[in-house]
Amino acid sequence: MSRESALVTADWVEENLDNDNVVLIEVDEDTTAYDKNHIRNAIKFNWHTDLTEPVRHDVLTKDQFEALLSANGISNDDTVVLYGGNNNWFAAYAYWEFKLYGVENVKLLDGGRKKWELDSRELVTDVPTRQPATFVASEQDKSIHALRDDVLAAIGSHNLVDVRSPDEYSGKLLAPAHLPQEQSQTAGHIPTAANIPWSKAANDDGTFRSDAELKELYEAEGVDLGKDTIAYCRIGERSSHTWFVLQEILGVENVKNYDGSWTEYGSLIGVPVQLGAVAGSPAGGQA
Amino acid sequence: MCGAVAGGLSTEGIDVSKETIIQGSVTQGGQPVGGAYVRLLDGSGEFTAEVPTSATGQFRFFAAPGSWTLRTLAPGATLDRPVVATQGQVAEVAVELPA
Repeated sequence: MSRESALVTADWVEENLDNDNVVLIEVDEDTTAYDKNHIRNAIKFNWHTDLTEPVRHDVLTKDQFEALLSANGISNDDTVVLYGGNNNWFAAYAYWEFKLYGVENVKLLDGGRKKWELDSRELVTDVPTRQPATFVASEQDKSIHALRDDVLAAIGSHNLVDVRSPDEYSGKLLAPAHLPQEQSQTAGHIPTAANIPWSKAANDDGTFRSDAELKELYEAEGVDLGKDTIAYCRIGERSSHTWFVLQEILGVENVKNYDGSWTEYGSLIGVPVQLGAVAGSPAGGQA
Repeated sequence: MCGAVAGGLSTEGIDVSKETIIQGSVTQGGQPVGGAYVRLLDGSGEFTAEVPTSATGQFRFFAAPGSWTLRTLAPGATLDRPVVATQGQVAEVAVELPA
């Protein structure tokens, strides 16, 4: 994968707004922004109600994923372009979920909704109607999905990249600062994980930094891009953004997204946790 | 400084004593700016969170005690404002964008 195959620009989207083979989807955890206005011909996916399994704490099953795309008139021949607010976090999560089910023709709009708004590009209220189609997904590609045992096995041996803010990493905050801080889990990070906030990979307007800047960012923090990597955050959406940077833009192999992330790891009994601004040793502890 | 400030967002339903709240409003020429982006940067300038302003130009963060910078982005305008946050209090910030 490469920047050219994984990303499209706002200009490209404007040129393809009426292309029948391009399906534009606004993705967020809260779709009220879409309901207010959105890019013309875009449909919406709600991260909670459309992209996660309704009963279990998991991604959609293959059947559910196929049903979602089919019902929204998306076939295997279409090119899907994802974008959203929150700096494309949830759009990146959707992209990762699409890749999990083997979707080849999926791209992310560089800069997402924010860049589009800051450019003062057209937003409309009309909601398009799409005729149902048939979408056939592949079995899950487990090579891009880390579960908790993969994470425990990676401590001290593979790259662990904690993409939360420095205050969440050190244990000062339990959630991003636009959310209330009451949480059940403990604070801190997975021992030996490097703290490379997702935001360092993006410009203020939400577009991704250049390939050279991105490569330098991870290498400067001691991430050996030749080794396997697991990215995590709090609920797996910001780490999808970093997974996207590493695997889809830079073409790094063997990168997994840990979607359980800190909400799962920070609630586990009997696992090592590190507090403070240091990566720490595999046993964890207090800096 | 405790509780709701005149003109600010209501803190009803929030246990203010446990939170470190930074909130305020974005205006331009005295008019509220909805859909601007307010970024919260920590003491080292590192990004911590971002929210779009409401239709009435308001925003809120749940931060940790300390010094922060609010960076506001709107079409054609970017403005930084320093703010100090304290647990149990609401730090209210009025951001007036250059016309």
